[in-house]
Amino acid sequence: FGGKTWYIKVSFTCLKGKYLEELNIQTVTLIPGDGIGPEISTAVMKIFEAAKAPIQWEERNVTAIKGPGGRWMIPPEAKESMNKNKIGLKGPLKTPIAAGHPSMNLLLRKTFDLYANVRPCVSIEGYKTPYTDVDLVTIRENTEGEYSGIEHLIVDGVVQSIKLITEEASRRIAKYAFEYARNNQRTSVTAVHKANIMRMSDGLFLRKCREVAENYKDVKFTEMYLDTVCLNMVQDPSHFDILVMPNLYGDILSDLCAGLIGGLGVTPSGNIGANGVAIFESVHGTAPDIAGKDLANPTALLLSAVMMLRHMGLHGHAKKIETACFDTIRDEKVLTKDLGGNAKCSEFTADICRRVQDMD
Amino acid sequence: MMAATLRGSLVTLAKGLSGARLQPLCTRSLSVTSSQNVSESPPARADSTFKVTMVPGDGVGPELMTAVKEVFKAADVPVEFEEFHLSEVQNMASEEKLEEVLSSMKNNRVAIKGKIHTPMEYKGELASYEMRLRRKLDLFANVVHVNSLPGYSTRHNNLDLVIIREQTEGEYSSLEHESVSGVVECLKIITREKSRRIAKFAFDYATKKGRSKVTAVHKANIMKLGDGLFLQSCAELAELYPKIKYENIIIDNCCMQLVQNPYQFDVLVMPNLYGNIIDNLAAGLVGGAGVVPGESYSAEYAVFETGARHPFAQAVGRNIANPTAMLLSASNMLRHLNLEYHSNMVSEAVKKVIKQGKVRTRDLGGYSTTGDFVRAVVDNLRHRTV
Repeated sequence: FGGKTWYIKVSFTCLKGKYLEELNIQTVTLIPGDGIGPEISTAVMKIFEAAKAPIQWEERNVTAIKGPGGRWMIPPEAKESMNKNKIGLKGPLKTPIAAGHPSMNLLLRKTFDLYANVRPCVSIEGYKTPYTDVDLVTIRENTEGEYSGIEHLIVDGVVQSIKLITEEASRRIAKYAFEYARNNQRTSVTAVHKANIMRMSDGLFLRKCREVAENYKDVKFTEMYLDTVCLNMVQDPSHFDILVMPNLYGDILSDLCAGLIGGLGVTPSGNIGANGVAIFESVHGTAPDIAGKDLANPTALLLSAVMMLRHMGLHGHAKKIETACFDTIRDEKVLTKDLGGNAKCSEFTADICRRVQDMD
Repeated sequence: MMAATLRGSLVTLAKGLSGARLQPLCTRSLSVTSSQNVSESPPARADSTFKVTMVPGDGVGPELMTAVKEVFKAADVPVEFEEFHLSEVQNMASEEKLEEVLSSMKNNRVAIKGKIHTPMEYKGELASYEMRLRRKLDLFANVVHVNSLPGYSTRHNNLDLVIIREQTEGEYSSLEHESVSGVVECLKIITREKSRRIAKFAFDYATKKGRSKVTAVHKANIMKLGDGLFLQSCAELAELYPKIKYENIIIDNCCMQLVQNPYQFDVLVMPNLYGNIIDNLAAGLVGGAGVVPGESYSAEYAVFETGARHPFAQAVGRNIANPTAMLLSASNMLRHLNLEYHSNMVSEAVKKVIKQGKVRTRDLGGYSTTGDFVRAVVDNLRHRTV
């Protein structure tokens, strides 16, 4: 008896899997997050439905739990789901101050070895900033560098922080940068460094970038000092295409570029890990003051989801959703508060859904 | 009555600049015209000039120094330069040269310099000559004045920031080693003593110049011990200056705010690497590396240079570099030497040329050469010797 039910269950799951496979529907792990996270995730799901994107969502929670041995880790269901689906979309996570566990983002990074943080910064037509011609991508090495967390108190009043640069990580990030350039038809990659000051460490990073550049002759490779990049970025950002750099410089420059296009509320971001895992996220905070009031702006999460579609190869759907989003912002009729209007999140979402459906 | 007040200020000057050749000036009663009443008679010639060490550096440094010398000659400034050509990339660097520069500095105490370029390859020592000069002279504070130039509009106008950067420790410690093949460690050192020193300098500077707010820039959420110590030192010092508002901001948020709304900042103080980044960012906001002056201070010495330090090697020999930054810095140097009249003369001439907008170098969108610009400044000087 048990055998027969088991047989039916298994065959049903197999059939379901086959059905999904035939329709080419891919499952994506969705981590709504905290604060405004659930609202914007719902918004993104609605827009994807309207666009008939072949995506099935699997919602998971990643609040840290204490595993065996006392080490903090993410819940095993979440980990399993990510490893199975390989692609994830994450909303903002809050890091409680006195909970005792490390930042959630750090935990995710360590669990899935997310070594590259990719942030494409493109000026949004309807959202005016003093910088109108930005179109660049910052690729930041996310596992080592200045954020190794290795610090010592040598004597009272003297602290030493260690910045770690390894050949392996530098080669990996450089390779990813050039692959990205090829896959997205970008023309040049610029390595950003301070090898005149940190001659050994950034020198190693630079050497690895140069070595990898040899294998990608179709992409132009240049190198530039960090201070020169900052100087030129605020004067004329149109000169830059893809920037690849170690951890700290990447953190600063990616936020600088986000500032050029209008802030963290409209900037997408993706984290690429080893074993093909990729988690796309919105980098803004959880905004607890407007949580639950239908005032949030889902643009950042939406553009990250578009990045995810491109990563998965679904360029048609990506273009559709992105155009709808930009059109809504350009029209300036239905904008959320942070973009300068006073519409609700649901109205903004509905407008984008309508545009997407009209496009078919 | 004016002579008495002037004598009084000259005496305080003599006390401040111990070692400068100032004693002869004290005994004369000078009818120096101050900037308030502009009369047409030139100041009485001092019978001794100030000696200033000059290190032209690499790239366009020598061209900029020539510009300074030309303007000083036309303005009849009582300053004499002692030149030293110290350069790592042109193979003109050696221990003896460095010693010569240091002993000259010990005599003169004031210097004007260009950027000594650091090549990326190193032979033996990881510290470059520029860093060693800074350490030997203990030039711990780097001050960059970011002021919008009237007449040249950028995306953000009417900016008025001061960026104070700790210059001797932090990420520029040059302590690196390859512990295992393929793994390099670079040490960043933060000490309480130096953090306190730069924080005190920042608050003193803010008090002296009448500024209202000091913002400390850090990354203490990640580098908890290192930048945490820096932040703690700043907070401790802030309590001693109740009239000055103190805030802190994380470096990446600071960069974002600087490009979106730079007016919220007044004086910024930070460790070494962040200072490098913010100096250049802020310089870019007002017009680039060619328009921002800067200086470095130690307890005994003052070195004047540009704010954003780049050798600009692509422009060597092409006569296109913008001497504004160096000229404004030279004017600050004259103010430091208490040659108020000449200082104002030079800075006003430079600002007038920029405001008129007819002669502009390439980085400001014009087609003039360095020579054209210098000639325009010379023409605009209020007082000229025949």
